[in-house]
Amino acid sequence: MTVSALPAAPTTAVQRSRGFDPTWLLWIVIIAVLLFLVVSPFVHLLITSFKSERTGAFTFANYAAAYGRERYVQALFNSLQLGTCAALLAGLFAVPLAWAVSRTDMPGRGLVRTLVLATFVTPPYTGAVAWILLAGPNAGWLNRIFVALTGAESGPFNIYSFPGLVLVVALYSYPYIFIFTTAALELVSSEMEDAANILGAGTWRTMRRVTLPLALPAILGGLIICFLEAIALFASPAMIAIPARFNVVTTQLFQFFGNPVRVEVAAAYAMPLLVVTILLVVVQRLMTRRKGFVALTGKGGDRRPIALGRGRWVAFGYAMLIATMSVFLPYLFLLQAAFAKAWGKGFSLENLTIRNFHFVLFEHATAPSAVAHSFLYGAASATVATVIAISVAYIVNRRLIRFADGLGFLCVAPFVIPGVVLAIGFYSAYAPPPIALYGTAWIMILAFTTRFLPIGYVNANAAIRSLNPEMEEAVRVLGGSRMTALRRVVTPLLKRSLLGAWLLMFIPATRELSSAIFLYGPKTKVVAVMIFDMSDEGNFEYLAALALILQLLTLPLLWIGQRAIGRDFMLRRTAT
Amino acid sequence: MSKLILRNIARSFGDFQAVNDFSLEMKPGEFVSLLGPSGCGKTTTLRMIAGFMPPSAGTIEMDGQVISSAAGVVPPERRRMSMIFQSYAIWPNMTVGENVGFGLEVRKLPRAEIGRRVDRILEVVQMGALKGRYPAELSGGQQQRVALARAIVVEPEVLLLDEPLSNLDANLREEMRFEIRRLHDEFKITTVYVTHDQSEAMVTSDRIVVMNKGRIEQIDPPHVLYGKPRSRFVAGFIGRTNFVERGGATYSLRPQSIGLSVAEPAANGIEAEIVDRAYLGEHWDYQVKPLGEAKPLRVSAGPNAIFELSQRVWLEIDPAAMVRVEA
Ligand SMILES: Nc1ncnc2c1ncn2[C@@H]1O[C@H](COP(=O)(O)OP(=O)(O)OP(=O)(O)O)[C@@H](O)[C@H]1O
Ligand SMILES: [Mg+2]
Repeated sequence: MTVSALPAAPTTAVQRSRGFDPTWLLWIVIIAVLLFLVVSPFVHLLITSFKSERTGAFTFANYAAAYGRERYVQALFNSLQLGTCAALLAGLFAVPLAWAVSRTDMPGRGLVRTLVLATFVTPPYTGAVAWILLAGPNAGWLNRIFVALTGAESGPFNIYSFPGLVLVVALYSYPYIFIFTTAALELVSSEMEDAANILGAGTWRTMRRVTLPLALPAILGGLIICFLEAIALFASPAMIAIPARFNVVTTQLFQFFGNPVRVEVAAAYAMPLLVVTILLVVVQRLMTRRKGFVALTGKGGDRRPIALGRGRWVAFGYAMLIATMSVFLPYLFLLQAAFAKAWGKGFSLENLTIRNFHFVLFEHATAPSAVAHSFLYGAASATVATVIAISVAYIVNRRLIRFADGLGFLCVAPFVIPGVVLAIGFYSAYAPPPIALYGTAWIMILAFTTRFLPIGYVNANAAIRSLNPEMEEAVRVLGGSRMTALRRVVTPLLKRSLLGAWLLMFIPATRELSSAIFLYGPKTKVVAVMIFDMSDEGNFEYLAALALILQLLTLPLLWIGQRAIGRDFMLRRTAT
Repeated sequence: MSKLILRNIARSFGDFQAVNDFSLEMKPGEFVSLLGPSGCGKTTTLRMIAGFMPPSAGTIEMDGQVISSAAGVVPPERRRMSMIFQSYAIWPNMTVGENVGFGLEVRKLPRAEIGRRVDRILEVVQMGALKGRYPAELSGGQQQRVALARAIVVEPEVLLLDEPLSNLDANLREEMRFEIRRLHDEFKITTVYVTHDQSEAMVTSDRIVVMNKGRIEQIDPPHVLYGKPRSRFVAGFIGRTNFVERGGATYSLRPQSIGLSVAEPAANGIEAEIVDRAYLGEHWDYQVKPLGEAKPLRVSAGPNAIFELSQRVWLEIDPAAMVRVEA
């Protein structure tokens, strides 16, 4: 009673896989893609830093040029100082907020989470521009309000300063620390705190002696990520530090890329940034992985919010103060500028117009195409990265080929390469002939793909791990091939997670500036570059309109993401 | 002719020998269980039969053709077998009907024929009413039935089951044992059943392979295994027993085959004392220490055979019930 349609078992003994084996092809393709996207730019960066511009011979001259002037070296120290100050200030914002949101009965915790998300999805350059409107010397709104209230000659605020830069950077990077800290605090059980309470410790002492120490590795990890964000950032320093007449590493790199392009010197100059990032990422991984210290037992036990009494309102006030600085005031004055004929004329009916939106969407020479480019390149790179990430994650988890783990490593490796450094690598590798991709859409798409590949890989890997391999084995034992299993079972089951991973890459890709600024050409401008240019020209009304359009277009994406993979997906999954 | 022959198969992971020198011959339609403690290599053996893993030595033959050897394997999809997994591996993106019909679809049967066969098998496993449901809407027992139906509907040459009942609660587990045996009797599929539960193996199987540390301890029908265990391991693993040392040899003596009475029996009587007891409803479980010996024996007695602690009693041991086992 056998089913006749079945393929008959071979009459000879087992077939040996002789000659062509399809897994070989797969191996070669994946290796080639990762070599192209990850290894080659990195290697070219190294080679270029030792290559003479004219002769192409080996030389240390680039390093001599990069570190030969005092102000170049000073820029390095400025970056370190900026990173340290911004991370500490961000910690001051984030840690109390994270504790209040995840462990106490502070009112409006959902609202606060939403406001942190709103901060998180505000590009740093949008935040920087808003703060220029708020705290520019003389014309800034805070100064004008101060003058109006006190009758003083001029206001005290000046965003074009080192403290100003620190504030703006901290305001838009504190969500990283918030994410790490809440994640850790949510795993500390109430029972541990109860144990301290029973021994006579009050709420404050318990927090200081028990809760915070338990979350400390996560907090430090968050601070490190924040530091790395700050030193890799290009937009805010370019908008704020350059007018304030000081440089940081990224702005200095940008100047090496000015006319004429000195990519060899830039490559040499990028090395400290790369080395510091690699070292700190390793430290951060070691720290958040050290078991035994963090009581991250899966069963956190019951978690009851700690009753703060009247302190709840103090906590809420603090949260609102931060939200005011990072969301309310910035968006209020961005809106004002976007709908104003001239932002300096303030809130009045005759100053109101919607012309700015019309202009940037339909009349401006390059802005409309920049919007299209951003979304096109973002979609293309997110798609390519998703395909690579899911293929490699599948190969690694099912051990389809040898040395699969190495492929996984290559997929997460770009995480330690700051955007500006990655761009210099791509420029060295693919701008010169024969490939000569500079100025084309390809170099942008490929660079974005590499840049966001780690996010995609981490998510794809988690998705595949959640899939029991027996699901696929059941297909095979019933007569389906591996391809059938992939098509009929794996793909449908991973659809949502893959959509999530795609969005987590697509959203940042649409607003990416730090690699784009080095790689765009006249025909491949993206919104972020457009906004940067407008800030240079002082066109704050158009700029505000464009920035708001970008934010508006992101909202439906966030909504889809939340529907597909749950609330908070952005906050949970982006920080790897 | 034998349906399935495993000839001296072995499997190692690095230095570790998970399965060693395993040989088994199965007649068509036979139901054989692999029974043994956790980690003894049952799943590994089953996965080699299914073709998910090549043996590191030995061969597997089906219908006289080699399908696995260290040199290579016929891939699982070409073996015409079925397997039921410990996790059931029901595809959550397909309805019950689609799950069950999948194997027939892969075999490119006409749609109408697929529908007919799916309906019939769902009736057999009493799931006819739930054809349109998704797996997430099913109970554990119902998922188990879907897995059974999906595996049987393709009329496989060999059916493989890997602890299919271990995720069910005790009552359901008992019910499904008989269900599996009933389906086997109806379809006569050659079946290899992996379990670490001895009563499951005894209810379902024609023969049981007792495994320990990757090796076969004994292959026999259930009653032979119980009555004539060959090794100390088998005697201890299948049912409970007393080990008695006599003249340098070890014997297994089942608690049920020891008589317990107040009066001295006609022959083979040993005077003893009750040292511990437990009432288990269906029977009494006594610990009885023969006078002058250090080790008590375990003795089962009927629910009405009530003895007090420290009471003097007589044990009656039939020498024929003592089975010599390898140490
Ligand atoms: N892929 C593998 N790599 C390394 N060791 C393995 C692998 N698969 C199984 N083993 C080891 O081989 C031994 C036998 O494993 P197997 O899964 O066959 O046991 P089992 O009898 O099915 O046990 P259980 O009843 O717990 O399912 C175990 O010690 C296991 O750790
Ligand atoms: Mg097993």
